[in-house]
Amino acid sequence: MSTTTSPATPASAPETPAAPRSNQIMKEILGGSAAISVLAVVLALIAGGILIILTDERVAETSGYFFSRPTDTLGAAWQAVSGAYTALFRGSVFNYETDRGFAIAIRPLLETLTFATPLIAAGLGVALAFRVGLFNIGGRGQMLIAAAAAGYVGAYVPLPPVIHLVVALVVGIIGGALWGGIVGLLKARTGAHEVIVTIMLNYIAFYLVSFLLRTPGALQAPGQNNPKSGPMLESAQYPSLLGPQYNIDIGFILVIVATIYVWYLLNRSAMGFQFRAVGENPHAAQVAGINVKSVYVKVMLIAGALVGLAGVQQVLGNFTGGFAAGLDAGIGFDAITVALLGRSKPWGVFFAGILFGALKAGSFTMQSAEGIPVDIVLVVQSFIVLFIAAPPLVRAIFRLPTPDGSFQWRKPAIARKAEVSK
Amino acid sequence: MTAAPATTAPAATTPGGASPVAVRSWKAPIAFAIFTVIAILLFFVVGRPDLEGDNPITTYRLSEGRDAIQLPPLTLGLAETTIVVVLLMVAATVGAVLLSRAAIRVPLWLTTVFAVLFLVGFLTWAAAGATVPLIGLLAGALTVSTPLIFGSLGGVISERVGVVNIAIEGQLLGGAFMAAMLGSLTGSPYVGLLGAMVAGALVSFVLAAFAIRYFVDQVIVGVVLNVLVLGLTSFLYSTVMVPNAETFNSPEKFERIAIPLLSEIPVLGPILFRQTVIVYLMYLAIFLVWFGLFKTRWGLRLRAVGEHPTAADTVGINVRATRFWNVLLAGAIVGGGGAFFTLAAVGSFGKDMTNGAGFIALAAVIFGRWDPIRATLAALLFGFATNLQSTLSIVGSPVPSEFMLMLPYVVTIVAVAGFVGLSRPPAASGKPYLKA
Repeated sequence: MSTTTSPATPASAPETPAAPRSNQIMKEILGGSAAISVLAVVLALIAGGILIILTDERVAETSGYFFSRPTDTLGAAWQAVSGAYTALFRGSVFNYETDRGFAIAIRPLLETLTFATPLIAAGLGVALAFRVGLFNIGGRGQMLIAAAAAGYVGAYVPLPPVIHLVVALVVGIIGGALWGGIVGLLKARTGAHEVIVTIMLNYIAFYLVSFLLRTPGALQAPGQNNPKSGPMLESAQYPSLLGPQYNIDIGFILVIVATIYVWYLLNRSAMGFQFRAVGENPHAAQVAGINVKSVYVKVMLIAGALVGLAGVQQVLGNFTGGFAAGLDAGIGFDAITVALLGRSKPWGVFFAGILFGALKAGSFTMQSAEGIPVDIVLVVQSFIVLFIAAPPLVRAIFRLPTPDGSFQWRKPAIARKAEVSK
Repeated sequence: MTAAPATTAPAATTPGGASPVAVRSWKAPIAFAIFTVIAILLFFVVGRPDLEGDNPITTYRLSEGRDAIQLPPLTLGLAETTIVVVLLMVAATVGAVLLSRAAIRVPLWLTTVFAVLFLVGFLTWAAAGATVPLIGLLAGALTVSTPLIFGSLGGVISERVGVVNIAIEGQLLGGAFMAAMLGSLTGSPYVGLLGAMVAGALVSFVLAAFAIRYFVDQVIVGVVLNVLVLGLTSFLYSTVMVPNAETFNSPEKFERIAIPLLSEIPVLGPILFRQTVIVYLMYLAIFLVWFGLFKTRWGLRLRAVGEHPTAADTVGINVRATRFWNVLLAGAIVGGGGAFFTLAAVGSFGKDMTNGAGFIALAAVIFGRWDPIRATLAALLFGFATNLQSTLSIVGSPVPSEFMLMLPYVVTIVAVAGFVGLSRPPAASGKPYLKA
């Protein structure tokens, strides 16, 4: 806990202790305006549209005679894109084509919220670590461990109703917290870079859970050969929120609570103040008497717990019939994009999660109605993050002014030009 | 836990002198001791109670049927082999302790010998009572390691020049996709290989553009690029390749070429010289990257930019351009490795077919301490672990395959946590260069 630099981080030794790059990046991303977020989403949807046009069969057919009848190609392109995005809308917000009444037509919106639930929880975990200047890429591992822990209790430890659910939930969250805590501990004690450690822990968790899932007596369903757990007991399943015709369950309420908690933690609590101080500049925080190492451990414990909530959601809410090692379904990585789009602010993450939930829910309608593979969502998502992470690029595309710092826009034009050209 | 205070104790020997600073590190002996204890536990405490007979024998086949020179198979008894191995391991540990006491760094060869000893003991124990096709095991390990080695070479170049390359996975996947696509369209695997290199360079181009031009955090770009490439290739696979698999996804594979004479060397020949063109290119790439990095002006400039960009800039090196072109080069190398999946291993593209190989390559870069030769050795070790797992699952082994597959990742965490040796990345790696 002394101020001497450990051998693993000699890089910062001779220079002035400026905040590490990740902290500055965080500041930039936080400082970006909401306009940039919206524009990034628009740009990403345009990019997705281009991809759809390029791979559309009718566009390819009609482009053969583009120069004799260009309207055919343009018409086909318009149909492809508008078909895709209206299908996305029908699948994620409101299905106006159904004639079975409002209750059915609104179902896609609730599907969106169901998909958003684990995304928000995991996104909060990534965002919280991000506020301290740590990249939590270990969402997958934390989810898997949490899911395995909660799943074991949920499937094999019979308990009275309510208590069972609570115990399974808590055990799962503790599992995620511990898996995240390892990262914080290694970072604090040895200076190991959290990106590498989290990536590696993802794979370790995957193989560990795979092993448990095929080992009788551990997680494998008794009398089965598949690497799959037994079904969750009735008493451990998340109760449905709006009746059996919708998939949405109590997990959505839990993530709202989690969002409020993270908001409170960051903006109203002493611990959150320490978190933010370390996120701004760990060296300055250290000088101010904040125990930076213990902050790293604490934040990774909480972040792991939040991501763990997403893992618990998967086993107790979404895959109650038993889970396999692929239960994270890419949410651990999606969470990074959610956190970035939400600018690492609790409510930003909440709405970013809902947006990505909508993309996910709608992608299935897109696939069934228009034959567009669900993978398009990955493309759109990664474009969104690329654009958000590079505000100068979005500004360049839309010719927006460049507010570098809070006052720099006052600089004379020449100085700004010099800055841009360097 | 950490031996950090001890490492820097006698550091001040000859200030300004040419002799290297003596550092007393206890990490190697500690690691040796841990592995020796693991060996003793496995071989003697756990043992092989499932096998009949008091001394089961492990048979190693040293020749394949088509070899000109046939070697008789090697048979090792479990009891005597494990005893000899453990004694030698204890000796190596004692040696390491003595070296560390004298403030001499434990040499790489001793670590290598120690690792081989452990592996021989482990293999004999795990495959007791069965036959191990040693040639197949090692040749397969080399094959499995090929994309990892390409990936780690690209990673080394990229990180040495100061750009963290998390996107190795994406570069491999992009390379695999483009190789299948162009290889099928032109009918020539060589065009496919070239296309793979272009694809890898393209992914690198995005990384370089965002990281160097727009100062976006390199880790974020890398992570996102992996997702982007996964999404793009999966999307195009479903929309383009699946409906027209004949035209777009049936590349001609590289044939295995046996090099005359060399391939007839007992044991080594079949392992090293009965491989595909990609593997031979890999030998060349390893040498060129090592030679280039440490013996040429290009390498010196590259390393200078990665270690201290301001100093490099002062002496007139264009930091941004050096970074940009070398990241592109790194991408091309990794992309070429990606061609291995579609042009040498499988013969067609599949969704997410690299399946984490890029992250193992990243692990090899770190475990290999950002040095091309060490990174290659690390990649070989990881490839060996993967292949050993599949071989052992055939002969029936006492260790669950998942734990073998986990090995590279555990080893990497141990490495970055600094328990084994000093893990120090290039000083300016991951930091964008903002000209003052």
